[in-house]
Amino acid sequence: MEALVLQNVSKALENQQILHNISFKVELGEIVALLGPSGCGKSTTLAVIAGLLDADQGEIFWKGQSLRGIPPHQRNFGLMFQDLALFPHLNVFENIAFGLRMRKLSSAQIQQRVQEMLVLVNLQGFERRDVANLSGGEMQRVALARALAPQPQLLMLDEPLASLDRTLRDRLALELRHILRQMNQTAIYVTHDQEEAFTVADRIILMKEGKIEQTGTPHEIYQKPVSPFVAQFLGMKNLVEAEILYENGQSWLSLPWGKISHPSQKAGKGLALIRPTGAVVDGKEGLQLKGKLVQKVFRGDHCLLEVQCGAELLSFSIPCSMSIPPENETLTLTIRPESILFFAR
Amino acid sequence: MRNLLLARKWGSAFVWALPVLFLALFYFYPLGSIVVFALQRLAQDGGESLRDLNWAYLGRVFGFTVYQATLSTILTVIAGLPAAYLFARYEFRGKALLRSLSTIPFVLPTLVVAASFNALFGPRGWANLAALNLLGFREAPFTLTNSLTAILIAHVFYNLTIVLRLVGDVWSRLDPRLAQAARCLGATPWQAFWKVTLPLLLPAIFSAALLVFIFDFTSFGVILILGGPRYATLEVEIYYQMIALFNLPAAVLLSLIQLGCTLGLTVIYHRLSEIVTRPLPLASQKRVLARLSRPSQKIFAFLIIAFLFVFQILPLLALVGRSFVYAGWERGERGLSIPTLSFTAYQEIFINRRASLFYIPPIRAIGISVAYGLITVFLGLLLGLAAAWFLSRQHDSPALERLRRSLEPLILLPLGTSSVTLGLGFLLAFGKAPFDLRSSPLLIPLAHTLVAFPFIVRSLLPALRSIRPRYHQAAAVLGANQWEIARRVDLPIIGRAVLVAGVFAFGISMGEFGATALLTRPEYPTLPIAIYRFLGQPGELNYGQSMALSVLLMSITAAGMILIERFRSGEVGEF
Repeated sequence: MEALVLQNVSKALENQQILHNISFKVELGEIVALLGPSGCGKSTTLAVIAGLLDADQGEIFWKGQSLRGIPPHQRNFGLMFQDLALFPHLNVFENIAFGLRMRKLSSAQIQQRVQEMLVLVNLQGFERRDVANLSGGEMQRVALARALAPQPQLLMLDEPLASLDRTLRDRLALELRHILRQMNQTAIYVTHDQEEAFTVADRIILMKEGKIEQTGTPHEIYQKPVSPFVAQFLGMKNLVEAEILYENGQSWLSLPWGKISHPSQKAGKGLALIRPTGAVVDGKEGLQLKGKLVQKVFRGDHCLLEVQCGAELLSFSIPCSMSIPPENETLTLTIRPESILFFAR
Repeated sequence: MRNLLLARKWGSAFVWALPVLFLALFYFYPLGSIVVFALQRLAQDGGESLRDLNWAYLGRVFGFTVYQATLSTILTVIAGLPAAYLFARYEFRGKALLRSLSTIPFVLPTLVVAASFNALFGPRGWANLAALNLLGFREAPFTLTNSLTAILIAHVFYNLTIVLRLVGDVWSRLDPRLAQAARCLGATPWQAFWKVTLPLLLPAIFSAALLVFIFDFTSFGVILILGGPRYATLEVEIYYQMIALFNLPAAVLLSLIQLGCTLGLTVIYHRLSEIVTRPLPLASQKRVLARLSRPSQKIFAFLIIAFLFVFQILPLLALVGRSFVYAGWERGERGLSIPTLSFTAYQEIFINRRASLFYIPPIRAIGISVAYGLITVFLGLLLGLAAAWFLSRQHDSPALERLRRSLEPLILLPLGTSSVTLGLGFLLAFGKAPFDLRSSPLLIPLAHTLVAFPFIVRSLLPALRSIRPRYHQAAAVLGANQWEIARRVDLPIIGRAVLVAGVFAFGISMGEFGATALLTRPEYPTLPIAIYRFLGQPGELNYGQSMALSVLLMSITAAGMILIERFRSGEVGEF
């Protein structure tokens, strides 16, 4: 069932167009990640949904009803901020209880609900703690508990893990997904980190400069990025000039190092993406690529290779083996045809 | 190496000894002299000078002092909060100018403030001129002077900027996401304000209110000129007892009572400002500031700006306007004189009309005031930098650390001490050996330095505290020696704060009235003294000259204030 619908939402701030005709849907119980580089309009989208900003144009619906004119406190949406915005004058208990007090719950109900939340985020016994004296991870959990306590119809999380270090972030992202799933919570998760988005979300909406670039499950987006931008944003850097040619009734992809068969409807120039995992050393099937091994970095289960092929510097991640030569020596790689994507211009 | 260490040790001794000596000699010694003198007097007359006092009357004076200060403070806070909100949260055209203008009253001499209101509502003010000439009244209808209302309005006018600054600064840096988080958790805008914003602002509001209270409690010029004889505060009573009745033991007793009260309040203020500086979740100004977009916001902004205009700027404009008008009242044409535009008042300033040898042309008062001001800036910065430097550092020796802790509240003391009391102390302490400074031109600048001292130190401290030891370490590792560090790291960081402190010192010296009124010698009047003399003499010409001199005084301080605002942007001081 469709819960949230955005229809052609536009927003300008200080004479600068931040959102251009954004439209998307969120299903009930779905976790959607808004992914994109900073400044792409993710946080503004959240602020508009929360009602903290008014959209200049477009409509937002919740379960078929327009949200126009409904102030933030009547929407029953939760928003967890990047810097958490924990109230410094209230302790852990009172922070979590804040939304419940606004809903005029009895003190017994509040007591009970706060306890449930503390158990959920694994912070039992922290009730009387001052929020200023918590660790980064603990603050994160308090903020989550505070946002979840009033049982929001929709929970929005704005870069909730951005201020934490990598290890803690990976762990908390998993934990977050677990908790949101457990509550069957409809949620929008804003982040600029694709790994975090892949971990937490059912579906990803990738944004660029105030527009939606691609929508899909993590797997779909990773397998079929629709543009060089998406590919690059997901960390795939091997982009080279290429062209689709028709010869002998067959379509070919012409690369700086030769051509391979490539099914395509239309001839023309564009960019080719070579997946970093798409190469093997001395393979048989596919495009043969010869270059100088500039750098070899050992990464445990795989090796990171930087290869100078003509004018292009390409990077590959392949299983470490004896067949990889030392640095500064020549290396021949074989690229599987299915690891090459073409983006027409 | 040994020499270097020794030099450092002496250098640091100089840094703490200088302000300590200054406070001891020019604050505690004069105050002590007052007490000693009063006790001697009492011993001589067997307590007679205190027995004859009308205690019931003095009780009423004390009661009124507390009453008007409380009322003024409440009104100032109520009037200041919406304006603080507007400045803290919204960006609009003319904001910087409006802020500069609304700061001018605070650095204006009390006397000019009083004169401004006099120009608006006084017996010869605009309101009455208009009523007499345009509306055909036979008697001046507005008698706002000599009323409690006038005192309250003047106090609000005078201290509004304290609320605007202290609360506004904290408010403008308070992360708006806290209130937004509350809104998303179901709080209405009012609930978000009451439950989140207000509790976080409360320490700043209390701190501002206490400061306002201290200023209102020791208010002198405003009460003396606007209140008239019916309304005496402790400060005014001290002045009367001393100058009119020459009952020094009574003046001393009242001074001590007042000092005790302000001392207690100063200690509370100090404690509270420690709480205020507790780290709050702060955001950059850019993220906090919004534009006025909704109609309700625009109406709100308009009302606030209109209020600020009427209460902060109109009296100043009235003063300027009144100085250019000659109403020719002294010819006895009561109520029928036609006010005309004229520069007479300004021309008169330069003329020695009485051709008297002892007469001092008012223009000389300007020169004297500027000279005193410059000396105050020099002394104040020298002492203030030393004190602020000492206070901003952690010290290795426990004795120095103890001294640092006790010095910080001590530096605020002059802020809470009545300037009339200070003047009296100076008279008693430096009127005889071993420190006979009666004929020294430094006597008044020293008193001014003492009054300005807390402001100077408070302006410098945040900047000096922002210099982290790491900066020095980084500079030293990069190859800078001590002098290069001071020149290339420290000075650029505190440069603006030094300028702000300097202009504050200058402004305070230009406007100081209470202590100067006691210490001044007839042949060396300062601007405020000259204004007061003219105000006290009959006739339109004298009134006009007092207005003209007030305008000059205001222009000088306003120029300084606008200078501060230019250099201040992005920087947060305490005042």
